Amino acid sequence: MKKFLIEHIIDTDFFYQYRRSPRVIVASSIILLIIFSAVFAPLLTPHRPFDPATLELMDSRTPPFFQEGGSTTFLLGTDDQGRDVLAIIMYGSRISLIVGFGSVLLAMVIGISIGLLSGYTGGWIDSFFMRLADIQLTFPSILIALLVDSIARVLFTGSAQDEVAIFILILAIGISTWPQYARMTRSGAMVEKGKDYIAAARIIKVNPRKIMFRHILPNIMGPNLVLATLGLAGAVIVEATLSFLGIGIPPTTPSLGTLIRIGNDYLFSGEWWITIFPAVALVILVLSINILGDWLRDVLNPKLQ
Amino acid sequence: MIFYIGKRILQGTVVIVITAFLSFLLFNFVTDPVANMVGQETTAEDMEALRERLGFNDPVPVQFVRFMGNAVQGEFGISYQMQRSVKSLFRERFPATFELVMVSTLLALVIGIPLGVYTGLHRNGKIANGILGASLIGVSLPTFIISILFIYLFAVILRWLPPFGRGDTVAIVGYWTTGLLSISGLKSIILPAFTLCLYQLALILRIVRSEMLEALQTDYIKFAKARGLQNRVINYEYAFKNTLIPVITVLGLQVSSMLAFSVVTESVFQWPGLGMLFIQAAQFGDIPIITAYLLMATVIFVSINLLVDVIYYLIDPRLRVPSSSAAG
Repeated sequence: MKKFLIEHIIDTDFFYQYRRSPRVIVASSIILLIIFSAVFAPLLTPHRPFDPATLELMDSRTPPFFQEGGSTTFLLGTDDQGRDVLAIIMYGSRISLIVGFGSVLLAMVIGISIGLLSGYTGGWIDSFFMRLADIQLTFPSILIALLVDSIARVLFTGSAQDEVAIFILILAIGISTWPQYARMTRSGAMVEKGKDYIAAARIIKVNPRKIMFRHILPNIMGPNLVLATLGLAGAVIVEATLSFLGIGIPPTTPSLGTLIRIGNDYLFSGEWWITIFPAVALVILVLSINILGDWLRDVLNPKLQ
Repeated sequence: MIFYIGKRILQGTVVIVITAFLSFLLFNFVTDPVANMVGQETTAEDMEALRERLGFNDPVPVQFVRFMGNAVQGEFGISYQMQRSVKSLFRERFPATFELVMVSTLLALVIGIPLGVYTGLHRNGKIANGILGASLIGVSLPTFIISILFIYLFAVILRWLPPFGRGDTVAIVGYWTTGLLSISGLKSIILPAFTLCLYQLALILRIVRSEMLEALQTDYIKFAKARGLQNRVINYEYAFKNTLIPVITVLGLQVSSMLAFSVVTESVFQWPGLGMLFIQAAQFGDIPIITAYLLMATVIFVSINLLVDVIYYLIDPRLRVPSSSAAG
């Protein structure tokens, strides 16, 4: 009898492992929920936090609903401009996720291309790029991101800075993390290179670029995806840190880090919810991604089973 | 050995020269340094004359050599934002960062090593597992969020410690000031130093623990037990001493990463050090300070890495085998 695709998925070992780990089910559900609410934020929340016409200054600094003076209109309270905290968290996680995914993608593209090239061709190309990766790995990636970010900001001074802030951050974080993917890909490519199917492809004179990307790459994607998942958590943290330091996303379209920065000023006057709720959202997101990444690493590594 | 160290020195020099060239490009060509020096009423001819006099019309290699000459002496011109020489600003701010990094390194050692030994000796104890779990949370939370939580708890709710600043400072020699000699200074350093050291603390704790566990399995410990030596002697005289080599190397590398994270900590706690100076410069596009910081960080990183390599060679005799018999 012909099986449906969904039954194939349920039958796999991967899904079996997934069903058996409640921690991972919770973590992945949280990630899906956060992505869902970030993507559909305009449909899910009745508030329009970035439309000044809908904001009432009278509503500003309302505490969350469970505290005295709070109301159920603003479940998690409002900030200094009367924006609903839950709504700006939803919009903020949008920016955080865009920067996170974007920078991981950039790092993967740079790292995997360099790794394939180094591992497959060897020689001086290999030693040049691997020395470069070695050197970069001796610096903490957050310092590199900080430096690239501040230099890029100097190049785009003025009003253009706010518009390109997202791209500057993606660039800075992407550049600061490529060596990990390059090393992983290189070692994988070197192993695959010696196998018979690659020798066969070479004999019939397949284009080297095609061998690298069509034949080798699919076989070494697994470990790269694990790295990417853990890298996403790291990228979200670095983005939040840079935004918190005031050299990331501008307050007009805040990310989670920017929200924490804005709210931090009100911590001393007792309005804790403006900063604590975005911080909690960030921690939950990062923790869930890390749990998922750790689990993926164990499942995709047959030696550990 | 000498060949190996020589190679590392060469590599480090290349890194520093490349970074210097990047800083040079940033410094001289991204914005017009002359336009930043003069007022708005200056005529085009006056600016051109100034440009000629300051050597901005010289060939690029000549300018680069001059830039390097100045950089070696610590001269990076005048900060756009503060209107003061970068050299004097760095001199003034350096002691604050130095003190912060040193105190947190000390904290990480003083707290991390005993906890690591304890968790290593009481492998399945409840307290030991609790400490291990707490250390994991400490590592996974972003630094700036831990700082905010600490400020809220200890400064806003409990009011035990000041939320920001360095407290009263005392000048020791010349420009070198210290906050460690006054009560308010000591109180001020507790929160930032503890936040900064958390990651290193957890790392040291875990390394000492796993080294202890490993050492306790070895034959010489079994033999010592068979001889009937006291547990105290076995644990601290024999097992513990062998855990220290990895701690030293990790510590060397971590001091440089603390320098990077001090940017975050200093910014949250308004600690008047180099990190805060850099962040303010990055916010305003203050190129002289950014270039100076870039070069300084590179030089410090390269030298610390080199130093750790040398120390590793000196400490661990296994690495000193002649290179003819070693694979690499």
